[in-house]
Amino acid sequence: MNRRLLLLAPLGLAAIGGVSFYAMLRGMKRGTFDPRGIPSQMLDKPLPDFDLPGFNRADVLKNARPILINFFASWCAPCIDEAPILLKLRQAHVPLWGIAYKDKHEATDAFLVRQGNPFAHLAHDDAGTVGIEWGITGVPETFLVDAAGIVRWHFAGPLPPEAADALATRFTS
Amino acid sequence: MIRILALLLLLSAPAFAISDPAEALPDPKMEARAVEFGKTLRCLVCQNESIEDSGADLARDLRKIVRTKLAAGESEPQIRDWLVARYGDFVLLKPPMTLGTLALWASPVICLLVGGLVLVMMRRNPSAPPKPLSEAERKRLEGLTRT
Repeated sequence: MNRRLLLLAPLGLAAIGGVSFYAMLRGMKRGTFDPRGIPSQMLDKPLPDFDLPGFNRADVLKNARPILINFFASWCAPCIDEAPILLKLRQAHVPLWGIAYKDKHEATDAFLVRQGNPFAHLAHDDAGTVGIEWGITGVPETFLVDAAGIVRWHFAGPLPPEAADALATRFTS
Repeated sequence: MIRILALLLLLSAPAFAISDPAEALPDPKMEARAVEFGKTLRCLVCQNESIEDSGADLARDLRKIVRTKLAAGESEPQIRDWLVARYGDFVLLKPPMTLGTLALWASPVICLLVGGLVLVMMRRNPSAPPKPLSEAERKRLEGLTRT
């Protein structure tokens, strides 16, 4: 009996491994788990000072209501995937501000004409310095900033539809 | 043939990520410091390369920031803190010892301890020699091995 149990032990280990792997893959598919994700250092901290052509920190604070700030670029393929999701957020009246990251202004404008413009305000981070200040590692990345200018939520990569739906209901309620 | 190949190898430049000499600081000593320091910083895009080795855009930007700050007289710990404030400990290729990374740092010691314990236990009670075969088993074996 004891030996039987010992024989089962590797099988049990393999089963645990298999289940964890499945959970990991499912999380990656749903966008709830990102193996390359880096936790944002901005969470629950006030927005760092920035002044870009388009808008600055004071403009965000003057707004005095929660907004989403989305870093994007015309050269970024995942941003094309994300475009319809952002447009849906706009239709749900979610205040969405965009920061074009290291992009030529004409290319950004053409991108917004082609994909549709979901942004209430648009700023240009030509040198990518504000991106580094906010700790982004690529585009797209999205920050939820509350009325007091504190970052409450962050997502790296294109917003999964489930996350966008959850945001839309939070903003409308 | 081999000599020609060897010569060609000698002629080829080593593959540094800094392909643009304009990136380097004019002072070779300062540049060496920047390279040494940059090797301890993780490229957040490639994630297993240092910013000195990576060809990613973000790595280039970070190399530039490191050099600008070094040239402005900031020390390595100051620049390290600046980067950690933005990207977290993940930006450091060598994770610092904190409560969260204690298991990671202690894992070699734990492995040694567990292995040593197993060894000691095996020495103390060596497995008993197998029981002699019973009469029935012996008969069965004889039947099986008879030619």
